[in-house]
Amino acid sequence: MNPEHRRIAAKYLADKWRWKPLEYVFWLAALAAVWLLPSHHLILNEIMITGLFAMSLDLILGYAGIASLGHAAFFGLGAYTAGIFAIRVTGDPLLGLALAGFASAGLGFVTSFLVLRGVDLARLMVTLGVALVLGEIANQLTWLTGGADGLQGVTIAPILGKFEFDIFGRTAYVYSLIVSFLLFLIARRLVISPFGLSLRTIRDNPLRASAIGTPVDRRLIAIYTVAAAYAGIAGALLAQTTQFVSLDVIALHRSADVLLMLVIGGTGYLYGGFVGALIFKGLQDVISSWTPQYWTFWIGLILVILVLIGRDRMNLAVATGLARLRGKPAPRPRTIVGDR
Amino acid sequence: MTPALETIGLVKRFGGLVATDNVSFRLEQGARHALIGPNGAGKTTFVNLLTGVLAPSDGQILLQGEDVTQLRPDLRVKRGLVRTFQINQLFAGMTPLETIGVAVSERMGHGGDWWRPAGGSPEVIDEIVDIATRFHLTDVLEERTSSLAYGKQRLLEIAVAFACKPRVLLLDEPAAGVPEADRHELLSTVAALPRDVSVLLIEHDMDLVFSFAERISVLVNGALFTEGTVAEISTDPRVRAVYLGESVDE
Repeated sequence: MNPEHRRIAAKYLADKWRWKPLEYVFWLAALAAVWLLPSHHLILNEIMITGLFAMSLDLILGYAGIASLGHAAFFGLGAYTAGIFAIRVTGDPLLGLALAGFASAGLGFVTSFLVLRGVDLARLMVTLGVALVLGEIANQLTWLTGGADGLQGVTIAPILGKFEFDIFGRTAYVYSLIVSFLLFLIARRLVISPFGLSLRTIRDNPLRASAIGTPVDRRLIAIYTVAAAYAGIAGALLAQTTQFVSLDVIALHRSADVLLMLVIGGTGYLYGGFVGALIFKGLQDVISSWTPQYWTFWIGLILVILVLIGRDRMNLAVATGLARLRGKPAPRPRTIVGDR
Repeated sequence: MTPALETIGLVKRFGGLVATDNVSFRLEQGARHALIGPNGAGKTTFVNLLTGVLAPSDGQILLQGEDVTQLRPDLRVKRGLVRTFQINQLFAGMTPLETIGVAVSERMGHGGDWWRPAGGSPEVIDEIVDIATRFHLTDVLEERTSSLAYGKQRLLEIAVAFACKPRVLLLDEPAAGVPEADRHELLSTVAALPRDVSVLLIEHDMDLVFSFAERISVLVNGALFTEGTVAEISTDPRVRAVYLGESVDE
């Protein structure tokens, strides 16, 4: 064996999990905002929570290739679980967070079997359907959820009995930041592991993944459950830091928005959700102050432009089309010999 | 000796169509066996039955003497039954290094390991480099699979299967579509496969079949038409009639 090849291979793999400078910048900036942006803690808290939610979608979409239009089902379940738990049992935030995570993980595990049944379009429909059903249940169970009025009277005890939530959102932001960072660390570990690598093989080619001995269904069930738990914890963070839960947490637009944010920020590198949430909420803030009613027009336009220019798959399609027009072979030739 | 792979009365029906018709087939240990047949003879269906992508309507599949008829595809791979594909089935967004690495860690039972970084253990890296060297892929280890030359992709296709440490390897037209210039490199790696791997070659290309295989089975309309040594098959007038005659222009 050529030791040079060995060294290159080892270095390549090691580089994959080494922290990049921009990653430090990102988290240090998020931390610095605790002191530097005291008047923006409420919106930063919301961005951090939404970013965590979008990261949970990235785990299934960016890494495992599962497109979902109903990811708010898990966010919403987590929010309601945390809210109801605070009202009926105890206001301890960490217990509520853990419970919400487990509840959403449970729902994720059960519904993952539905998701396995189909591919892209069927998955969109199934995930959408689950979220709609859950939303209607939340709407009907007025005695438990407050229905359309929302869940009133959520009071959250100080974190660890020490850090009380304040009206400026400082504690809230720090709390969301720490929880998000810890969950991010675990997710980062997960995506660079053999498990994470196998998810990418499933995303790229489930047929081949199975042909190299990967138990495809089990891997998908596992990541779907983890992503659901993450989304549930994000929902719980929102419920606890705003001390209110409404049907909005589980609404279709929340599922759609989080997908938009992830696409804006980019899939498959974990930060896309946070970046997308920052851009999305930032744009929403800026544009809506300028034109309160039409800000979604601009968001939509930006999204369309992004998809049009930024995707190498698009480039390849264009290149192939051009080559065909000129009567030349496509850039990547493939055999089209058919056989049963 | 127990055959490496055996089917007993294997049948697959798609509605009224019998795609695999009562096939009883033996692949001996260490065999270099080719499965040939005209287009539509049911070769790919047969491979899909062997690997578990399709469930047979009737019959049994034995791997090293054990019944695997009901076993999931990935578990058959873990028992050493591995295939390659006629049309490349690779992971477009990944590098050959990662692709081989994923197969190696899956085989070592680390595939579900979510806490340790991939490629952390030296033995995995050693094996990746070993396989890449054997299949002439060391110069493209870090390139995106989708940007590799077709010949290299074909090599990777076999390298990935090899990384699963097959005891039985099903090669589905390994040289299909490979440009003449890269053919030799590919065929020499196929010829250099270790003898303890039993190989079933599904092929159209008669030159490759005659140079590689020691035994040949002919599949026609889903049924085993005949089987024999290369000399027997190449001189069998009936085989010429059903198959060789019509594929002269291929």
